[in-house]
Amino acid sequence: MSKDNNLITVQDLHVYYGQLEALKGVTMNFKKNEITAVIGPSGCGKSTLLKTINRLNDLVANVTVTGTIKVDDQNVYAPNMDAVELRKQVGMLFQQPNPFPFSIYDNVTYGLRISGEKNKTVLDEAVEKSLQAAAIWDEVKDRLHDNALGLSGGQQQRICIARVLATKPKVILMDEPTSALDPISSDKIERTMLKLKEDYSIVIVTRNMQQASRISDRTAFFLAGELIEFGETRDIFMQPQKKETEDYISGRFG
Amino acid sequence: MNNDEIRASLLKRSRASKNELFGKIISGLCIAIIVAVVVSIFYFVASKGLATFFHDKVNLWKFLTGTIWNPSTTDAQGHPQVGALPMIIGSFAVTFLAAIVATPFAIGAAVFMTEISPRIGRKVLQPVIELLVGIPSVVYGFIGLSVVVPFVRHTFGGSGFGILSGTFVLFVMILPTVTSMTVDALNSVPRNYREASLALGATRWQTIYKVVLRASVSGIITAVVFGMSRAFGEALAVQMVIGNAMLLPSNLISPASTLTSVLTMGMGNSVMGSLSNNALWSLALLLLIMPLIFNIIIRWIGKRGAMH
Repeated sequence: MSKDNNLITVQDLHVYYGQLEALKGVTMNFKKNEITAVIGPSGCGKSTLLKTINRLNDLVANVTVTGTIKVDDQNVYAPNMDAVELRKQVGMLFQQPNPFPFSIYDNVTYGLRISGEKNKTVLDEAVEKSLQAAAIWDEVKDRLHDNALGLSGGQQQRICIARVLATKPKVILMDEPTSALDPISSDKIERTMLKLKEDYSIVIVTRNMQQASRISDRTAFFLAGELIEFGETRDIFMQPQKKETEDYISGRFG
Repeated sequence: MNNDEIRASLLKRSRASKNELFGKIISGLCIAIIVAVVVSIFYFVASKGLATFFHDKVNLWKFLTGTIWNPSTTDAQGHPQVGALPMIIGSFAVTFLAAIVATPFAIGAAVFMTEISPRIGRKVLQPVIELLVGIPSVVYGFIGLSVVVPFVRHTFGGSGFGILSGTFVLFVMILPTVTSMTVDALNSVPRNYREASLALGATRWQTIYKVVLRASVSGIITAVVFGMSRAFGEALAVQMVIGNAMLLPSNLISPASTLTSVLTMGMGNSVMGSLSNNALWSLALLLLIMPLIFNIIIRWIGKRGAMH
């Protein structure tokens, strides 16, 4: 861990999809045990940033990345970096709840099983702990072997959180995790996130500015692939330094 | 005056409504003809096939379990010798063996086409598979006769005719069908399952066999059962390589027969209404019922799959 508590450092990051430059020289860092919100209009590069951190962008053809990203002082794009190992340390939650069409138990233990964990006691314990941390244990403890697709959208998303937590990542990237959910489910997930902050670092991409202001410690505002402003959430929302930021959070565009 | 004109035009059938009625009658007629054809085929096959049991008083159990097929002769008790067991076993043996051999290849090819190299899959393999589906069965049979039978003879001994050769030929015949249906099954697995798996630190291979294949298991089973249904009903190609001996098969390389091969061999040589003719119709009835059962299995799997 570096001295200033930075878990992820991003240095002059450019990402190109073919000719299109999706991120134009981004430099920022994400601190440990904080929630960092990334806001900005559609197509500004928020999701690209997340997918670049866990190298899920590798799956896209024609993608070029320059600059450096370090997670816990390991260079993510170093030639000897194992993307599979990286993704075990950097969990991700998607916009659409995407539990596998298996039982709740199989969903939560998936990450451990692919790492070779077979001990039933370890798996059982991980299921209970992760589901409790994701605040859904009480709702599903009696039907762990039911298909996860039978749950409501909000429950499914919390199963996905539990599935990520079971692998004990250092960081959790969340890509608009509540945009497909109703307000009550969103609220539950937000509360869960605030609790998770004690043990994990969270980066959340969101289009909901109230959400960003409610839960995040720091906020980054992106526009057209550039990091416009980044600082304490309170400062960003109360006294933004840049005109674009002010325009965006006051709803004048985007 | 003007009002009357409007009333008159509303009460008269318009050109458009006449057209609609005409269309309804045409499509209704077509459906009626199709239904009538299907029902009369069923009725015809059933009435002929059941005549063996009701008219000629053959015991159904003896028909299904008897091992001697010689309808023109009778056994010691005076019962006609129509034991279909050798053909039933032959049919099921080639069907199941072909499916067992074809399934791994089909899954492998489908995984390559959907997960590993979709571009080559779409541009090269898809047309190849469609071509394979379109080859007439007599061509497969001819190739089987000139290549597979000698190969089996040299490698495993015997005459080369038998269940093993039939299995090889059917395997090649059903492979494209099973593959393309498996491809559909794999493609219907939502993309976000794959993303979720990779994001959890799974390798591509783990994602394929622990998520994609598992999520599409009912689709794959449907593909295999569909292939089996095709294999079960295939006549010509099998008849050319199986040897057509109406004996209970004792091994995979001795000549045997299937329901279809006995039917194609025998149908020219019997007189309508005679026992040997009726016995052939009973085989046809069996061949009609089995795909029905396969279809029911497919639907049942589909329903179970839809519930998940």
